[in-house]
Amino acid sequence: MKDTIIYFFTDSVAFKVLIGITIISATSGIVGTFSFLRKKTLVGDAIAHSLFPGICLGFIFSGTKDPFYLMLGSLITGWLSVWLIDVLTAKSKLSSDTSIAFVSTFFFAIGAVLLSFISGSSNGNQSGLKDFLFGKAATMTNDDINVFVFLSLIIFLVVILFFKYFQLISFNKEFAKSIGIKVNLIEFLLSTITVLTVAIGIQSVGVVLTSALLIAPAATARYWTNNLPKMLFYSALIGVSSGVLGVFISSTKENMPTGPWIVFILFFFILLTLLFSSNKGWFSMVRKQRINRQKMAEENVLKVFYQLAELGVKNVTYSEFLNKRQMDTKELTNTIVSLIKKGFINNDFQLYKLSEKGEVEAARIVRFHRLWELYLTKRLNFKEDHIHGTAETIEHLITPEIEKELLKELKFPTADPHNKNIPY
Amino acid sequence: MENSSIEVHNLSVSYQNVPVLWDIDFTLPKGQIVGIIGPNGSGKSTLLKAIMGLIPLASGNVKVLNKNLSLVRDQLAYVPQRETVDWNFPASVEDVVLMGRYKKGNLFRRLTKIDKVIAQESIEKVKLEKYKGRQISQLSGGQQQRVFIARALAQGASIYIMDEPFVGVDMSTEKTILDLLIQMKEEGKTIIIVHHDIQTVSNYFDYIVMLNTRLIAHGPTNEVLTEENLQATYGGQLNIISKIQSIIKEKEFPLREKGFEDK
Repeated sequence: MKDTIIYFFTDSVAFKVLIGITIISATSGIVGTFSFLRKKTLVGDAIAHSLFPGICLGFIFSGTKDPFYLMLGSLITGWLSVWLIDVLTAKSKLSSDTSIAFVSTFFFAIGAVLLSFISGSSNGNQSGLKDFLFGKAATMTNDDINVFVFLSLIIFLVVILFFKYFQLISFNKEFAKSIGIKVNLIEFLLSTITVLTVAIGIQSVGVVLTSALLIAPAATARYWTNNLPKMLFYSALIGVSSGVLGVFISSTKENMPTGPWIVFILFFFILLTLLFSSNKGWFSMVRKQRINRQKMAEENVLKVFYQLAELGVKNVTYSEFLNKRQMDTKELTNTIVSLIKKGFINNDFQLYKLSEKGEVEAARIVRFHRLWELYLTKRLNFKEDHIHGTAETIEHLITPEIEKELLKELKFPTADPHNKNIPY
Repeated sequence: MENSSIEVHNLSVSYQNVPVLWDIDFTLPKGQIVGIIGPNGSGKSTLLKAIMGLIPLASGNVKVLNKNLSLVRDQLAYVPQRETVDWNFPASVEDVVLMGRYKKGNLFRRLTKIDKVIAQESIEKVKLEKYKGRQISQLSGGQQQRVFIARALAQGASIYIMDEPFVGVDMSTEKTILDLLIQMKEEGKTIIIVHHDIQTVSNYFDYIVMLNTRLIAHGPTNEVLTEENLQATYGGQLNIISKIQSIIKEKEFPLREKGFEDK
């Protein structure tokens, strides 16, 4: 691996490939963000499949693999597919996903037929065309890269210039229309740069996998930010990292396609994001759940101590506690240890007792519980035997502001519906 | 009419051959809070969109401030229904309100300091200054509605067109919006609101348009809001038309072929 990296930075041809892949994936990440936000994620896939016949046609008509002709051909069929999907969705009864599935497979079939013609002909130049299926970054020529760099620069420029337009039609098309923006024209422009982006993306990941390069970086980036410019930047960054890593890995072995490796890495990034992202990630969810569980356990234990004290039992043993409320012994031990650490409970060998601080805290929870029970019966007309269950949960959620409102609403009551004292 | 905000002449709109608005004809005054009321599917939202030039007209025309829409577009501010957008979009309250400063002429330029100040003021008017930097999906329904209204305020128009701003909002939002509407009216703005809750009509509006595919009545609320007109709008024979419309929709009756009507 290390040798490969050194090779890419010392060999001028390999270095160019690296530049090419960087630009391709950055462009895909940026343009894909808008596809993602406009909920047109499948269209990218359809475009990619539809470029295939265009590339073949470009080759048939020009007789060369000159990227200009291949691009031109793919631009035409790519556009045709976008147009056809729109028309089918609007004018027929086919839903948009059906139209997309239909159009993309149809165009791909045409491409496959054309390719068989090319393979059958005597033109010896066709071998590379098959790389369009799964992508092979290493086959990029100097000309290819020049064309890609040029097109990418144009696409970047368009996105920067038209940023507000794209933002507006992605968020609220009707509003954009209402301020006089020609939405159709902007959508045309956006579709055009999407087709171009996919066309250059095919070089690295191939027809079958291009939509991943378009959509996965945006979907990942969305987890990390709520700001559109930042999302565009992150998306480009994720695209570039996967692109470059994919090229490194695939070049360690001869004839290994680039596309699948890039997609693997993109998938890996998504997986990491789902697990670790700051707010919506799996780990942060588990952590929140654990914190909530611990908070509830602590508050429940304090509450039981308070209730036992009301019955005259101030120094509590384990068995007295467990008589009052069932709880897993191990959890009870852990919770009591934590409460002792926090200074809410004092212990004298096997006897446990609320500290002064603990009494205040326990009274607070009992108060919330009983206030809520009272609120449910008085304001929401719950029956008295139906209120305990919900109060068991709500008592852990009530904030000081809600407490104030409850007290005001219930006029500082002194007894709950079961005629128990509400402590202040 | 000299003092009209919006004039609608012989306006008809159909969706896939089903007429949604038939021959609507009315003039709205300036500087008032106007309600467009009618039952579900009576074409209220369609009428707004037709006025805003968002959908093609089958016939008729619309004049805004006695001029063609294209000449006075920046005098109109549109507040779409809240549910028409995906609130998961990566934007803060401020980002959305700043969109109100987007004009055809400035979209290639950076927003100025003045734009930011106006956006800030608009956010304050709907009492969302605390939430300025918050991601829009983390707002309540009522707060989201206020974001849309703030965006319209930032446009600095003279006519405000709002589609069901009171649907699914909390009491405090309703009060904030109402206070704001009255303040806007005092500043001479015209506000046109699509509304379906008949209970609140006489409290909210100075002038109403009663609609059920056809125009039933229009005029000052105390004159027009009669038992008879309500019956015609919400019950009565026109209901049959809306029933037929909904049958066509529900059963997905085959659309008529083109040219069929002429034969």
